[in-house]
Amino acid sequence: MATLNVAGVTKRFGTTQVLHGIDLDVTDGEMIVIVGASGCGKSTLLRIVAGLETATTGSIRIEERDVTALEPAERDVAMVFQNYALYPHMTVFQNMAYGLKIRGRSPEDIRRRVAEAAGMLEIQHLLERRPRQLSGGQRQRVAMGRAIVRDPKLFLFDEPLSNLDAKLRVTMRAEIKRLQRRLGVTSLFVTHDQVEAMTLGDRLVVMHQGRAAQIATPMEIWSHPADTYVAGFIGSPSMNFLPGVMEAGAVRLETGLLLPVSAPLADGHKVTLGIRPEHLLIGNGGLTLAVELLEPLGGETVVHGKLDNGTTVVAKVPTGSVPGDTLGVILPLDKLHIFDAESGLRL
Amino acid sequence: MAAPASFLFKGKFLPLVLLLPQLIITGVFFFWPAFQAVYQSFLREDAFGLSSQFVGFENFTDVLSDPTWLQSFGRTIFFSTAVAGLALSVALFLAVQADKQIRASTTFKTMLIWPYAVAPAVAAVLWLFMFHPNIGLFGRMLNAAGIPWDYKLNGDQAMLLVIIASAWKQVSYNFIFFLAGLQAIPRSVLEAAAIDGAKPMRRFWTVVFPLLSPTAFFLLVVNLTYAFFDTFGVIHSITQGGPGKATETLIYRVYTDGVMNLNLGTSAAQSVILMIMVIALTMVQFRFIERKVHY
Amino acid sequence: MLEKRSLWPYLWLGIGVLIFAFPIYITVIGSTHDISTIGRGDVPLLPGGHGVENYSAAWAGGAGRFTTTPAAVMLVNSLLMAVLIAAGKIAISLTSAYAVVFFRFPFRMLAFWLIFITLMLPVEVRIIPTFQVMVNLDMTNSMAGLVVPLIASATATLLFRQFFLTIPPEYVEAAKIDGAGPMRFFKDVVLPLSVTNIAALFVILFIYGWNQYLWPLLIVNDRSLETIVVGLTKMIGTGDAQNEWNVIMATAVMALLPPVAVVVLMQRWFIKGLVETEK
Repeated sequence: MATLNVAGVTKRFGTTQVLHGIDLDVTDGEMIVIVGASGCGKSTLLRIVAGLETATTGSIRIEERDVTALEPAERDVAMVFQNYALYPHMTVFQNMAYGLKIRGRSPEDIRRRVAEAAGMLEIQHLLERRPRQLSGGQRQRVAMGRAIVRDPKLFLFDEPLSNLDAKLRVTMRAEIKRLQRRLGVTSLFVTHDQVEAMTLGDRLVVMHQGRAAQIATPMEIWSHPADTYVAGFIGSPSMNFLPGVMEAGAVRLETGLLLPVSAPLADGHKVTLGIRPEHLLIGNGGLTLAVELLEPLGGETVVHGKLDNGTTVVAKVPTGSVPGDTLGVILPLDKLHIFDAESGLRL
Repeated sequence: MAAPASFLFKGKFLPLVLLLPQLIITGVFFFWPAFQAVYQSFLREDAFGLSSQFVGFENFTDVLSDPTWLQSFGRTIFFSTAVAGLALSVALFLAVQADKQIRASTTFKTMLIWPYAVAPAVAAVLWLFMFHPNIGLFGRMLNAAGIPWDYKLNGDQAMLLVIIASAWKQVSYNFIFFLAGLQAIPRSVLEAAAIDGAKPMRRFWTVVFPLLSPTAFFLLVVNLTYAFFDTFGVIHSITQGGPGKATETLIYRVYTDGVMNLNLGTSAAQSVILMIMVIALTMVQFRFIERKVHY
Repeated sequence: MLEKRSLWPYLWLGIGVLIFAFPIYITVIGSTHDISTIGRGDVPLLPGGHGVENYSAAWAGGAGRFTTTPAAVMLVNSLLMAVLIAAGKIAISLTSAYAVVFFRFPFRMLAFWLIFITLMLPVEVRIIPTFQVMVNLDMTNSMAGLVVPLIASATATLLFRQFFLTIPPEYVEAAKIDGAGPMRFFKDVVLPLSVTNIAALFVILFIYGWNQYLWPLLIVNDRSLETIVVGLTKMIGTGDAQNEWNVIMATAVMALLPPVAVVVLMQRWFIKGLVETEK
């Protein structure tokens, strides 16, 4: 159990800059989820913390000890891999025991720890099997077990749920969270799945093009996204973005609608207004959508529509409330997000 | 690969230690003799082997203008083509039969595969037992039937015997690869051809054989290399290159010139010529494999 | 069903099997008759009653006026040579492929090409100069001289390299996090994963070693180091009808039995090894 400090970490592969200076401070026992689209650098960051890659610049400290130059084995971290990386020729027991054996633990100590971890994961009955005799979910548990027995300072998860089917993923997600709470081990969890991120993380790091676009709690990120990228990435369906211009302290949308949103900006400044589909209310006097597609989800229906100027707008409304070809929606002012049109940053 | 190197281990010294045994053996027993051969091919020793002098390409021109060498060369081409042709066609025929859905195909397979394990020299001895003019079953039968058979006197008969004995052993190898190649052809392709109305024979030549041609080409090169070099044992144990020089192939000649006659210069020149031939063959094979990869 | 069931394939395959089996059958039969039966050329098609005596004569080194190296000695030599060549090739190929795949070091590609190029030149082509090197090193007439020069193997190195490249990189990463160094990873993970490849290769290389001919012929004069394949043809000489053919045939059977047994018993691995080394 430990704190983790990532300071000014950059990474360059040849001429490609993959990470542009990441700072992150993780408190003891915290579960941090690093989320982003593929290629954003999230896995690289995790692997730098693990010691599998070396940072080009910057430093990593675990429990106030500078580990930047240390080998993975010397960092006292454990990792769960996307494909689990269980050794196929070893039994479950041997897989879990391997790291302890290398560290020269006594056989009794190894047996006790493996039994304990296996009990926690309910895989005691699988200890003599080999990985290929296990289901995906069982392999996942063994991979977790391998990390747990080591009793490391840090757990690192590299998209460990992405090889599981949807239902199992939900179960395992809950299980990982439960275990992490119970063991209180500081954890970094990498995923591209925003639902996974929202449900698992104490805090999220939303990464975009090698930068941490926002580091905050899931609710903070959802309610106060730092920029249009974060706003669009978190939440499903994605937030609607409407271009507008400042006019007398209010925002004039391209459709002509004037919204009295106050922002300390000069007239003529271009902005982007954001509103989540579930925050649009049915009613007249706002925007009128030409309905293109309805996706009924049961109690709610997702409406895909277009404004006069061609901007696509998605609304999530109670099922049965869409009368015909057009739908009028109102934009509640307190649910609006204003971003600078040029930089995309929240205003 | 440019990107992550995390699946590599650090260290410069350890890998060199790991490579060392292979490199030393390759260096001492491969590169040293190969360079030695090239070096010696430009030298000539005096009659007593006391001194040697640089003679440029003289050894090569001697070899290449020696009519008996050229005869050996022609003989080797004929011999190799015959061995490869025989071994390949018999193997292909048997593989096609074994590929049909028949019972006990595994048993047949085992029965056809094992001659691979027989050393060329031993294969030669087996055929010698059958075709020896005095003690061989078939040798005596031929003589009794009025066909004068004695491979120790008749050069053509000697050639025929070494060809058969050499090809016999190689059929198994080709059979394994042809069968693997045939079994890799998707059934659906054959079914499509059948629906298109192609009769079995036509199906074989227009669909199966083209799909098998990479295997066939690969095997051709392997068989030629086999016939060039590995058949030394066959020739040495049946005919010793005779009668006369009727079965003296290039590799056999390197042996007689170098080992029996101790003529190092020309023997080295012959080795160099052989090396160039093998390298050429291998290059052809690599270019071909590369093309196959690009499919 | 594309082909109608017919008897033709059975017939052709039967003839094929016959062509392959008959020479051996004749030899086995010959090895059970006495010298005069064979010397007369009346080779019967059924076994005779002199098997035990022929095989024990061959085993002990000839009978009557012919004396040769005992087959027992030659078999041990062949076995030793074949096993050492196979094991040696596998050992040095494993380590060199491991170095090339799991490390980056200066001249790595050069080293790889130096090994790779040997693929092009079989020992037969450079036989005389290699023999001279052996003389210079005073390695003729020794088991080491028989084995060591044949141990370098581009084929095996390529095969292992190919296989190592399919080992998921995560295994290395997991090992690093577990604290395993390169040699530990080699011993605990890479070797166990390579077992089938090693077995397959061993079959092929054992046969390669057993069947060596020109090299032992040149390197060994000492009869106590004679291998059975070379010893067999030496017994035949120029093929005199007066040879002790019954004993020769018994020796021939002993010369071909071990590699044939290996192929038949390990057929699955043998085919795998053969097809993969030639990829």
